[in-house]
Amino acid sequence: MKILATVKRVTDPDMKVKIKPDQSGVVTEGVEYKMNSFDEYGVEEAIAIKEEHGGEVVVVSVGPSESTKELRTAMAMGADRAILVETDEDLDSDAVARVLAQIVEREEPDVIVMGKQAVDSDRNQTAQLLASYLDWPQATFAFDVEIGDGWATVGREVDGGTATKRIKLPGIITADLRLNEPRYASLPGIMKAKRKPLDTLTPDELGVDVAPRVEVLKFEAPPEREAGEILDDVDELIDRLKNEANVL
Amino acid sequence: MANVLVVAEHVDGQLRKVTLSAITFAQEAAQLTGGDVEVLVLGSGVDGVAEELSKYGVSRVLYADDAAFQNYLAEYYAPAIVACAQQTNATIVCSPASTTGKDLLPRVAAGLEAGMVSDAIDVFDDGGMKFRRPLWAGNVITTVEVTTPNKVVSVRTTDYDSAEPTGDTAPVESWDAGLESRDDVEFVSFDQVKSERPELTDAEVVVAGGRGLKSGENFEMITALADVLGGGVGATRAAVDSGFVPNDWQIGQTGKVVAPQLYFAIAISGAIQHLAGMKGSQNIVAINKDPDAPIFQVSDYGLVADAFEVVPELTEKLKSVVE
Ligand SMILES: Cc1cc2nc3c(=O)[nH]c(=O)nc-3n(C[C@H](O)[C@H](O)[C@H](O)COP(=O)(O)OP(=O)(O)OC[C@H]3O[C@@H](n4cnc5c(N)ncnc54)[C@H](O)[C@@H]3O)c2cc1C
Ligand SMILES: Nc1ncnc2c1ncn2[C@@H]1O[C@H](COP(=O)(O)O)[C@@H](O)[C@H]1O
Repeated sequence: MKILATVKRVTDPDMKVKIKPDQSGVVTEGVEYKMNSFDEYGVEEAIAIKEEHGGEVVVVSVGPSESTKELRTAMAMGADRAILVETDEDLDSDAVARVLAQIVEREEPDVIVMGKQAVDSDRNQTAQLLASYLDWPQATFAFDVEIGDGWATVGREVDGGTATKRIKLPGIITADLRLNEPRYASLPGIMKAKRKPLDTLTPDELGVDVAPRVEVLKFEAPPEREAGEILDDVDELIDRLKNEANVL
Repeated sequence: MANVLVVAEHVDGQLRKVTLSAITFAQEAAQLTGGDVEVLVLGSGVDGVAEELSKYGVSRVLYADDAAFQNYLAEYYAPAIVACAQQTNATIVCSPASTTGKDLLPRVAAGLEAGMVSDAIDVFDDGGMKFRRPLWAGNVITTVEVTTPNKVVSVRTTDYDSAEPTGDTAPVESWDAGLESRDDVEFVSFDQVKSERPELTDAEVVVAGGRGLKSGENFEMITALADVLGGGVGATRAAVDSGFVPNDWQIGQTGKVVAPQLYFAIAISGAIQHLAGMKGSQNIVAINKDPDAPIFQVSDYGLVADAFEVVPELTEKLKSVVE
């Protein structure tokens, strides 16, 4: 079984992003980056599938040359090789999906595992777009994946409860929170990862026009909420909710 | 004419109220395109949903009644919506940014060769149609333009009031999706968490608990308070991760977004990712034993106290107030 997993390099979610004074983007100096957390679940799942069914895990990232760091991390976890589609532009999800579609054409994976959402751009689109371009079935927001007989049975986190769906492979799965516990890269894993193959391509070489369908014109900070008051006790709280906020 | 098509969401034969917020968004968008707002209902035996939707100031409700739509599958819904948008001259297709909307709309966008805006909070004209959307856990708001003729939008429903009935009713027309069946996808089940409580995203009051509650049993304190106020219950990712409560309760950047009249954050530190899902609430009450907890920087009313002491007291005292 050939498993493709996608990895996006994102700003460290524990750091507060700052907006450039000219509103053209966010400040990148001094910012730390890491693998998108949902992609950690995705890579873990890809490796777990390989451990159960055999095969190969290929990880792909679309982004700047520094993304090799996140790809090496994925290989240190256990992925076999990596592909970087290098671009310094900040692509929209549609462009990423069309780039990935070209990689899929070359690699012909049986299953693709992605994150449900990149926690920088918060779009939650790429996997579904890719599935549509490939005309493959999709199972998003997975918390449980069973593979057998050429199908994946996927438990999904949905509003109001959980849902279960079966997709015939090849198909696309996106990872949600409860899917697994991503493993840490071991020291031998990190050493090994340095020697694993990492190919670099460009969108141009893949013949993909990455001009955005959604153009970002301006970055702004949201309005601040003002801190309110610390109250003395429950009685005061009830009084304020009733007589000031009028919500009781 | 450039119409706006709203894809309705329903569960158990009932319209999901978030659809009414998407209609409000659509009405604002239609003012800019000069077109009509039309609603598409995909389902099986949900005539009631289609009838109900005809009352909210839309021009027409299209109802595709097909057994293939009995249970939601993106692979069936998306091509039907694409076909409908093309046949009805809709240049904008929108739906709530619910889990269904998130799963479905990108597939519609691909089919319509449209750019897609996730979580729109604003649509306006400024030398062409522009949208605003939050990202980076709500730390940044961007203004974006969709460069394609067709546009697909998931609507952050907490930023739009529900559409109101106008007293008129729009025609309901049945519409044939002309579906082709697929052999690569099967619906197995939807396991609904049955609850008497209002849905989180609709509730006027939300009571949420965090890791500081230490166990699932202790969340009974949260549900008891919610029940006195007729509220919904929520939680942080840390509480979900710890296995205290179901994932469906998670509020935040990677969970649900809520904006009730009254939000209680109990034993919640106030991480930016949690704030991303509740900062829009009208009134925020924080109860935390740590006076420096960041949640106090966004709360209107704070109690620096042990939740195990004050929450039961609050619940008891509120019983007589709300009666
Ligand atoms: C990519 C990413 C996405 C994320 N998405 C989300 C998301 O969608 N939603 C979300 O919530 N989080 C999310 N998180 C996690 C988030 O960063 C925080 O870790 C989480 O919100 C913390 O939850 P908490 O406040 O319950 O726990 P903690 O931060 O551990 O806080 C517990 C609080 O309880 C207080 N406390 C303890 N005992 C008591 C007591 N007896 N009485 C009163 N107070 C008490 C403590 O003082 C403390 O402030 C995400 C994180 C990442 C990296
Ligand atoms: N530039 C990228 N490179 C690799 N994978 C990506 C990239 N952008 C998005 N993805 C994948 O798509 C998922 C969803 O991203 P998004 O649709 O942008 O929220 C992420 O979790 C990644 O797995």
